[in-house]
Amino acid sequence: MKRQRTVTIVATFLLVTLLAGSVLARQRVEGVRGKEATLEEILYVPSGKALQRMSFGYSSLLADIYWTRAVQYFGARYDVHSTRYDLLAPLLQITTDLDPHLIVAYQTGSIFLSQKVPLGAGQPDQAVALLEKGIRENPEYWRLYFTLGFVHYVDRKDYKAAQEAFDKGSKVPGALVWMKVMAARMAEHGGDMSTAIALWQHIFDTNTDKTIRETASLHLDSLHADLDMESLEQAVHAYFERTGALPRDWRDLIHAGFLRGIPLDPTGAPYKLFSDGAVQVQDPSMFKFLGEFRTVTK
Amino acid sequence: MTSRLSAITLNTFREAVRDRVLYNLILFALLLVATAPLFSQISIDIERLVLVNVGLSSISLFGVIIAIFIGIGLVSKEIEKKTLYTILARPVRRWEFIVGKYFGLMVTLVVNAALMAVGFYLALLITQRKLTGEDGRLFVAIYFIILEFLIITAVTLLFSSFSTPIFSAIFAFAVFVIGTFGEDLHNFAAAAQGITKWAATGAAYLLPNLAPLNVIGQAAHNQPISGSLILFNTLYALVYSAAATAGAVLIFERRNLK
Repeated sequence: MKRQRTVTIVATFLLVTLLAGSVLARQRVEGVRGKEATLEEILYVPSGKALQRMSFGYSSLLADIYWTRAVQYFGARYDVHSTRYDLLAPLLQITTDLDPHLIVAYQTGSIFLSQKVPLGAGQPDQAVALLEKGIRENPEYWRLYFTLGFVHYVDRKDYKAAQEAFDKGSKVPGALVWMKVMAARMAEHGGDMSTAIALWQHIFDTNTDKTIRETASLHLDSLHADLDMESLEQAVHAYFERTGALPRDWRDLIHAGFLRGIPLDPTGAPYKLFSDGAVQVQDPSMFKFLGEFRTVTK
Repeated sequence: MTSRLSAITLNTFREAVRDRVLYNLILFALLLVATAPLFSQISIDIERLVLVNVGLSSISLFGVIIAIFIGIGLVSKEIEKKTLYTILARPVRRWEFIVGKYFGLMVTLVVNAALMAVGFYLALLITQRKLTGEDGRLFVAIYFIILEFLIITAVTLLFSSFSTPIFSAIFAFAVFVIGTFGEDLHNFAAAAQGITKWAATGAAYLLPNLAPLNVIGQAAHNQPISGSLILFNTLYALVYSAAATAGAVLIFERRNLK
């Protein structure tokens, strides 16, 4: 009896100690292999069609797993401001081969792909290819045309292609009238800031993914700041035309009736006015996309 | 005859319910369904889709595993325990024994699928906070999964009527895998020529086609499933499983049990 108790105590001690030891050892193994080791390995089968055959009919389940992998892969790279997203396009390709009707993979995946590094993979052409595949497989889903138009407009600056995408999308039954308006705006004002703001605002409002909303927010802040700076510089110019001198600070413009108060940028800090009449945000590092559309409008 | 069949059916069901493998698999499947809402949290905007795919795939996959693992022992276990001789010494015909076993395992699988479906719908209710008309359409996918069980159970019973449990499991699993490629095999036969065409066409019709019975992806995307597909899938599963059971009866009738 006593001997049995000793064995129980020793075995329990060994179980707890060794289990704790295995946890430590595993952490070391994972440290050596790196955080993204498993993500690299999954592409030992790079063909979605082959994986579809290997799934024994459960391809939609496998597609969900691959989509989750793609999101995790993107999230991990995004968090460390990685400049390489090599596996993102193949992962999205596999996901959509496994389930061609997984709309979120086209919509969100294309934004992941199209954004400039480090906020995205910087592969707008791959994003267009993915969206075109999505449209082929799901021609009744007009929102894919919106995303296609968005990528053409914002990332490829191809306003004609963007107009075509919005126009085609507007003809899909059930599409919002707004799509027709966007097509018209592409034709008339290709490259203007207010159009870019409308597009980014739509992306912000219709996406729940944290990274995409963050990116949209950064773009919107920069675009709003650009728009503000443009109108402030116009006010400075008007002041110069009226007085023959450049304003020393914002108070001159306020006293002359061009402004109602000290102008604030989207972060709440006042804009800077330089002696040559140029306007700048207080901290340009807070606005990563300044000037993206400004030169076009000018 | 009906009372003898129902007695064997009921006994097979009771025996299967007592089987530990069965409980392990149900527990595992229910756990998987229960964790689906957690799993779906790391996906963007596709919580329902992930839940439907995980839930229905679990019901299907674990049902097939249960069908094979219990089906392989249906005949051999009775021979091994010598209980078969006691049964056949009574006024029970061999075909009644096989058909009763088949029905017994099918009842088991339908009860399992129903339990897993309840778990699945509960998980759906937790995730969505309500059930909609679209969720009702998922019943078609569950119904097709049960039709798949009809075929797999009959095929397993067929192998179990003449082979050892291990070989029966290997054969049945191989048929399941080939069955998921049923349409590819048919396409291959259509593209082949000469004797290969005949052989491939024969194999394509002899082996079950399980691909049309898997509509999990369609159901998950709320795509409509036509009434004619439901009708012909039902017809195909009934006819094919009856043919396989008839094959099992044919073999078992001639088997030397001494």
